[in-house]
Amino acid sequence: MPRYIVSRLVAAAIMAVFATLVIFLIANTVPGDPVRAQLGDMAASNPEFLAAWRAKWGLDLPLWERYLLFLKGLVHGDLGISIASQRPVLDDIVNYAPATIELATAGFLLSVVVGVPLGIVAAVRRDTWIDHVARFVSLIGVSSPTFWLAFIVLAVFYGELQIAPGPGRLDPIAFPPDRVTGLFLVDSVLAGNWESFWDALSHLVLPSTVLAASTLGLITRTTRASMLESLQQDYVRVARAKGLKERRIVTGHVLPNALIPVVTLGGLAYANLLTGAVMTETIFSWPGLGRYTFRSAAALDFPAIMGITLVVAVTYLLINLLIDISYALLDPRVVR
Amino acid sequence: MSLAQATAVPVSIAPVASKRRRWWRRYGLASLGATIILAWILIAIFAPVLTSHSPDLVDVTNRLKPPSAANLLGTDALGRDVLTRLLYGSRISLTTGFVVVILAAIFGTLVGGIAAYSRGRIEEIVMRVTDLVLCFPPIILALAIAAALGIGATNTIIAMLVVWWPKFARLARSLIIVQRSQEYVEAAMVVGLSPARILIRHIIPNSVGPLIVLVTLDIGNAIITFAGLSFLGLGVIPPTPEWGSMVSEGRELIEQWWVASFPGLAILSIVVGFNFLGDGIRDWLDPKSRRR
Amino acid sequence: MSFVKTIAGTGQAAPTSATPILDVRDLRTQFFTDEGVVKAVDGVSFSVAPGETLGIVGESGSGKTVAALSLMRLLEEPARIVGGQILFQGRDVVQMTAEELRAMRGDGIAMVFQDPMTSLNPVLKIARQLAETMLVHGKVSEEQALQRAVTLLGRMGITAPQRAIDSYPHQFSGGMRQRVMLAMGFSNEPSLLIADEPTTALDVTIQAQILDLLAELNRDYNTAIVLISHDLGVIANVCSRVVVMYAGEVVEEGPTEQILTDPRHPYTWALINAVPRIDRHVPGQRRLVTIEGTPPDPLNQPPGCRFAARCPFKIARCDEHPALTEIRPGRKTRCWVTQAGENLPQPKTQVAAPATVKAGMDHGEGTKLRRGERMLELRNVVKHFPLPKDTFFGKQKVVHAVDGVDLDVAQGETVGLVGESGCGKSTLARVVARIHQPTAGSVIFHGQDISNASQAQIRPLRRRMQMVFQDPYASLNPRMTVGEILGEPLRFHNITATPAETRERIGDLLNVVGLSPKAAARYPHEFSGGQRQRISIARALSVQPDFIIADEPISALDVNIQAQIINLMIDLQERFGLTYLFIAHDLAVVRHISDRVVVLYLGKVAEIAPADKLFADPLHPYTRYLISAVPIPDAEVERKRKRMPLQGEPPSAIDPPSGCRFRTRCPIAQGICAETAPPVVEHKPGQFAACHFAGQFK
Repeated sequence: MPRYIVSRLVAAAIMAVFATLVIFLIANTVPGDPVRAQLGDMAASNPEFLAAWRAKWGLDLPLWERYLLFLKGLVHGDLGISIASQRPVLDDIVNYAPATIELATAGFLLSVVVGVPLGIVAAVRRDTWIDHVARFVSLIGVSSPTFWLAFIVLAVFYGELQIAPGPGRLDPIAFPPDRVTGLFLVDSVLAGNWESFWDALSHLVLPSTVLAASTLGLITRTTRASMLESLQQDYVRVARAKGLKERRIVTGHVLPNALIPVVTLGGLAYANLLTGAVMTETIFSWPGLGRYTFRSAAALDFPAIMGITLVVAVTYLLINLLIDISYALLDPRVVR
Repeated sequence: MSLAQATAVPVSIAPVASKRRRWWRRYGLASLGATIILAWILIAIFAPVLTSHSPDLVDVTNRLKPPSAANLLGTDALGRDVLTRLLYGSRISLTTGFVVVILAAIFGTLVGGIAAYSRGRIEEIVMRVTDLVLCFPPIILALAIAAALGIGATNTIIAMLVVWWPKFARLARSLIIVQRSQEYVEAAMVVGLSPARILIRHIIPNSVGPLIVLVTLDIGNAIITFAGLSFLGLGVIPPTPEWGSMVSEGRELIEQWWVASFPGLAILSIVVGFNFLGDGIRDWLDPKSRRR
Repeated sequence: MSFVKTIAGTGQAAPTSATPILDVRDLRTQFFTDEGVVKAVDGVSFSVAPGETLGIVGESGSGKTVAALSLMRLLEEPARIVGGQILFQGRDVVQMTAEELRAMRGDGIAMVFQDPMTSLNPVLKIARQLAETMLVHGKVSEEQALQRAVTLLGRMGITAPQRAIDSYPHQFSGGMRQRVMLAMGFSNEPSLLIADEPTTALDVTIQAQILDLLAELNRDYNTAIVLISHDLGVIANVCSRVVVMYAGEVVEEGPTEQILTDPRHPYTWALINAVPRIDRHVPGQRRLVTIEGTPPDPLNQPPGCRFAARCPFKIARCDEHPALTEIRPGRKTRCWVTQAGENLPQPKTQVAAPATVKAGMDHGEGTKLRRGERMLELRNVVKHFPLPKDTFFGKQKVVHAVDGVDLDVAQGETVGLVGESGCGKSTLARVVARIHQPTAGSVIFHGQDISNASQAQIRPLRRRMQMVFQDPYASLNPRMTVGEILGEPLRFHNITATPAETRERIGDLLNVVGLSPKAAARYPHEFSGGQRQRISIARALSVQPDFIIADEPISALDVNIQAQIINLMIDLQERFGLTYLFIAHDLAVVRHISDRVVVLYLGKVAEIAPADKLFADPLHPYTRYLISAVPIPDAEVERKRKRMPLQGEPPSAIDPPSGCRFRTRCPIAQGICAETAPPVVEHKPGQFAACHFAGQFK
């Protein structure tokens, strides 16, 4: 097992570097012009200013040299300076990541806590009302555009009913808790600031629900399908022939098998939530990586894009590794 | 599953399903989905006939009017008829959905097929490349590419294609590998048929089922993604009527809920349609679910 | 009411004092499907005395498995028990509440299922799966349960039970898993064990071990056993009494020995005579007795005798539905003919239909070679399959599927290839057919070395070498009509020039294999397994080959259909002068059809000999074991036979034993066997064996 993990980690590192190369090539071989995007037409029409600006950001160097510079910086933990924010990309990422982690984790927990039991009950009570409810929920979850769902919940719960707070992580006039982890829920508990905790939590409800919707749909579907598959296996009949209670058959025999594919899907879904909360963050004015990504992309801020790509790819690869490890732990047939 | 297996006596009525119920169970979902999609296709084609308004006509005096007899779904911030823009918007959504998925499916299937057939080094390289693309969340990669290429439907479609093909490559490869070890493919080899003929007559016809299911389900996904990119301002150039950008235009207008709500519902309905159709086809192709 | 006979033996049945432990009365189980009501079990009655062994026999679709599942009410929707009683120890299972049912399951009645590979939960340890059976009935503590589990596993013949209990199911072979299932079944010492085809998924040597174990357990625990099987040999081995089922009904019931020697229902008669006997080979009698047709449509049973349509003894009265009537104490039958006192005669040998070879079907090229000329030569053929590496740096492991096989096949002969699963027989067939490329060695067909030839180079030879596959459901492309399947090779090889000619040839081919030319327009799923296998044979014949490799062509079929296909293959051989390489795990069938037999063990040849000599006087210990493991459908013969159970399981083909591969299970192995692999040597004229001590094991 340790050997397997090491070999997987090496492979993941190689993949991550390749990923930056891909993004680098895409970013530098397409017609978009960062100068124009950054400086505006006025400045860009001044050739001297333009040349100086290009030299400052290394845009005058040949492609391969620029990539090597990026790699060199990478080795020293330096992801470069963001063109747009003028700060080190790494600092920006560290700054924005906690908001996203908090949001994605809340959304993920929500979809697992609701989706898995819903899928289980739907399969066990197949073709009853609860099964129909589960199917409806998952269908709406996977079919709704996130940005629209976000609008609807904001319009209903914040605008109309006024029972939920508006966009943002905290009340606009409130101060954030002292930064330790950057996760407001954790930091406020550490500081003993319960007011801040409830404020952060209530601000988290709408965006995490919206973010969870499609994941919830997927998890419910997969759990249900996987449970049905497992319920049809011969060992279920054997368990009945032993005289086991139905509840025990479901929890003791069917679930351990049925959850294996759900773990894979759940892991991938979490990776997606962590890296793909762009829409939700935009609408809820959530100062996370998603919004940072969007702004960097719109501004063609290459150092930032490269840095984010790297972080995203590493997150993906690590979560994939975790999935494979938990797979090996859950399924004794996988020998490593 | 029934909790009390083998329900013992008494048996009241023989629950043999009526013909209509049987038909509904087998084809109901798929035909419902197909009906929704067909309806939207017809709307896209006949949009000018269905409405007397123009989608781009700005009328500031008539802005943000709630739904009424004159404007069934109200008007937006520039006084344009929401219903009209919604009907016209189906054109671009359907087009991008079909174009992205079908092109990605063709390209991906070819690549996956080549990988499955060549085995060895080429397969290894192809699969690593798909891994590479798959380790970016589609929306981020598409965002980066779309931003780099510039705003516009064509550029957005290109960006989506880049992130869309790998899943088809993987599916096609695994399907073909499964088919290659089937006894009827071995039989075709023993009969002496050429590899091309085996591929075309034996392997492909038996692999298309799952591909068609994925294509169908995925058109819905592509429509959502494209609308999302438009929502972020990358999809279409205003004032082109497009559902994602319509939601975007109305997203601050919580009081004037009709501006953003209806385009979103349109997306929801069309995606539900593709989901029904895809699920229906899958149930239909899957011998296991056909037991009852 | 009814007298229950317990003792096997000619007519010496004695009534038992005890009331039956299980008394099934007029059981009716139906499937409410979309197409209509399937009466899977339609008025079945039988009883089992304490400690008795009862066999239920019938072909697939006869309702025997549904009946077995009904006994414990283990069926799910849309199946329902709609009538009758199942009295277990006097209480009606049909009327039990869910709680009563649960208390009975696994405690009073236990069940062992067909497929041991899927019957155990893959993610739970054996310990837990065994212990929970005892714990759920609340008789023992957890500690006692675990202790007893170890004892039981040991009793079931599992070595190192202490370690086994901590393993997961995938670490065991099929035979071992079935032992675990038996341990589970016996863990609460039930009064009745239902075993549904418990050995069908196992190899013959493992089957013999499990059957012996069942008989022992029946003796030691006095547990009554209901054994369900399609194989009369298996039933004869274990059961004292038999119930024969056909189309949802019991058609005959009686002591095993009497039924096997003197069947009183034509269906039983047909079942017995369709199976070739390994102990009784009549030279010259190549055709097996078969009955025509297939069982009736379960949705639409005929009003009269359900077997009438296929019955060779049919009389006018068969339009009426006969009742199951006692014709002699302990013997019941559902047949007007035998109820009137008639006997069913010994079958007459069927004579081959005169070969009416159509001009177009003549095998031009094949007949040029004279019988006896060498057609296929295998020289040291090796096929290894590399396994996927565990890690990037890991050592490459390979499966030694075929490891140096030499074999000659002469024109016109039938060579049988036998061995347990995993011995490499199917791989060898695929190497010969060049679906796989051999890792080493040469395959010479008609004087041409095809071992490394490209597919294009082999193409001309494909017309002379064809293959018939095992699974009739997987070997025909489901998306092509039968006409397209047969027409494709014809057109591809330019055997026919015009569409009209192709159509005509397809009609001829279908005629030859006994199907209507109308079949050409239909799709494979519209045919039964036997019919599909006929289509598969027609496809092989379409290019007019002289050599056909048949990879287990009958193992997926019911015995009567098996006999039909064997007869067809023999017909075709006589008609077209075909040469067969016939692969099977059923030794009786191989003996029946083959001129010479090759025994494979772990990728190597153990013995090659003419069929008669091999079965009369096997030289290799493994061959002797294999033959002895085959159950014979004759209780008298079974009792007199010396049983030689082969211990253990075949070793892994990834890391095969040094020297002689059989040495780990061989009772006469010596030091030399571990050091040098014995070469294949001709010990007697025509009899080759790879053994240092050939012929010394008796």
